[in-house]
Amino acid sequence: MMRIRLEPRAEPSRFAGWLSPMVAAVAVVLIGLVLFSLMGRNPWHALYVFFIEPMNTLYDAGELVLKASPIMLCAVGLSIGYRANVWNIGAEGQLIMGAIAGGGVALAFHDSDSRWVLPAMFVVGAAGGMAWAAIPAFLRTRCNTNEILVSLMLVYVASLILSLLVHGAWRDPEGFNFPQSKMFAETALLPILVAGTRLNVGLFIALAAVAAGWLFMQRSLAGFQMRVAGLAPAAASYAGISSSRTVWIGMLAGGACAGLAGVGEVAGPIGQLLPVVSPGYGFAAIIVAFVGRLHPVGIFFASLLMSLLYLGGEAAQMHLALPSSVTGLFQGTLLLFLLATDVFIRFRLRIVRPPTAATAA
Amino acid sequence: MMDHAITLLLLTLAAGTPLVFAALGELVTEKSGVLNLGVEGMMLVGAVVAFIVATTSQSPWLGVAAGMAGGAALSLVFAIVTLSLHANQVASGLALSLFGIGLSAFIGLDYVSVIIEPIRPLTVHGLPDIPVVGVLLFGHNPLVYLSLALFAAIQWFLSRTRAGLVLRAVGESPQSAHAIGISVVRIRYLAVLFGGACAGLGGAYLSLVYSPSWAEGMTSGRGWIALALVVFANWKPWRVLAGAYLFGGVTLAQFQAQGMGVELPSQYLAMLPYIATIVVLAIISRNAAVIKQNAPASLGRPFHPEG
Repeated sequence: MMRIRLEPRAEPSRFAGWLSPMVAAVAVVLIGLVLFSLMGRNPWHALYVFFIEPMNTLYDAGELVLKASPIMLCAVGLSIGYRANVWNIGAEGQLIMGAIAGGGVALAFHDSDSRWVLPAMFVVGAAGGMAWAAIPAFLRTRCNTNEILVSLMLVYVASLILSLLVHGAWRDPEGFNFPQSKMFAETALLPILVAGTRLNVGLFIALAAVAAGWLFMQRSLAGFQMRVAGLAPAAASYAGISSSRTVWIGMLAGGACAGLAGVGEVAGPIGQLLPVVSPGYGFAAIIVAFVGRLHPVGIFFASLLMSLLYLGGEAAQMHLALPSSVTGLFQGTLLLFLLATDVFIRFRLRIVRPPTAATAA
Repeated sequence: MMDHAITLLLLTLAAGTPLVFAALGELVTEKSGVLNLGVEGMMLVGAVVAFIVATTSQSPWLGVAAGMAGGAALSLVFAIVTLSLHANQVASGLALSLFGIGLSAFIGLDYVSVIIEPIRPLTVHGLPDIPVVGVLLFGHNPLVYLSLALFAAIQWFLSRTRAGLVLRAVGESPQSAHAIGISVVRIRYLAVLFGGACAGLGGAYLSLVYSPSWAEGMTSGRGWIALALVVFANWKPWRVLAGAYLFGGVTLAQFQAQGMGVELPSQYLAMLPYIATIVVLAIISRNAAVIKQNAPASLGRPFHPEG
């Protein structure tokens, strides 16, 4: 009987590293085909609605990039930490905190017509995200507390704080008692980039973060140290790379980017504070960081794919009466397939034949 | 006053029970050296599968069994990816949670406003009528007794049986276990599946007993709290039990305070369980030596016989 065995490779395969995100994406499409047919829809039409239609018009293309921006921002920030095995999974909470901090500035300076309101919102928002990420960083470096659990718990706390504010102190007095803040003033809103779309200049912040992330990880000493700390923790501490500095950099980078993404949402498509300011961008960013191979360029493309999954989910809900939660299902499937096919980076398949009489003799 | 205290005690046990199931299961998984962060996803899938099967079959117990099967099925995905395909356990666990959240929302969509007859507390004739002791001993839901039995079984299994010893050996030193002929991967598969079934059971308890209904994300972070509990408990089953009831009590504070007419927005009290988790985790992990001594030595590290 033949057996198939996994054998460690001498060198990790770069080819397999590039291939596995593509394989994972194709696998998601195939699963989509099966799922759509099981639900009694024409699978090819459903695929068209899900993956092609969201890019048909200029407006739709704008939506695609608009939704990709916050995911891209969060994922670039997270990837810096992940490279060093700093597992910040609370980007969603840091995004909410950024939205609260930046939105607070917008509300406080509602009557100001200074053009510095918007920049101030982003600075304060980034600080808000960083402050929220500093809690797990502090507890990890001081008390050795697992940052995964702390950063995740803080997501719940952040969304409750936001709910508290929009139900209470920051509620619009003229808003018919709806839990929402005043609409932001013109000076607190991001200018539209392409007429006829909702795409705004927030895109440039995301692209700048991608570029900065690339410069930091590939060209700076601190970035190099982060990568070493991730690949060989023992060697890193032997070489004098401070592990608490690694944790702080990883966490704060994630927090700052997520905070910026939060401001981008409330100063962009939302335009005010609502009880919910993100449909899970901070969690989608975890998937994007991995699918993008923790590399800024990969993250750029992966966030467009993720944005397409969100839009496809909305389109499927509208035109096919499919539940929009299919998006979450596809997101999870994508990451699981990616991790599974990643096995070929470090291992190869070897077909083992048991010794026959001839070879044994 | 006495009545009030007894009610509070009963409610605390009821609120802690889903955590008992999920955290005990995760404890066994971690004892084998595998860190499965997918508890939240497995609980949700367990909850929705249990609810669907219970409503369509009209048999809550079939639902409980289905919930366990659902949790185990999801954990099988994790086991294949991490144990056979050597993927990073942290990333795969996160993926499993995200996948489970999406999957449960997807398959549960048609059941959101369905009402179900919950599993009732045991009513052995006359027994709960005995003052004080009667209710405390006999007034619980059958699944609460099941969780206590599970605790006793795991305690006994880990400390008194040969198989329990093998499981711990695999978690402490997979290489040595492999060298003496133990199949590390097989043991880990079983431990992961057991953890998945327990998480599914915890989910089933939520959707069939605790708040008999299905809602997207109805576990509201209990899976993550269960993970924290295992650390808090220093990988000791009796401390898992104590911790689960402690957190059960904290979640109750919300309703208690509202009942007593405390004028505080509900959000403050809703934050309590999460903040308590963080505080408790921080205090426990301060003592790195204790954690190091009790945590399974190979926790989270992949195993391949050839390195």
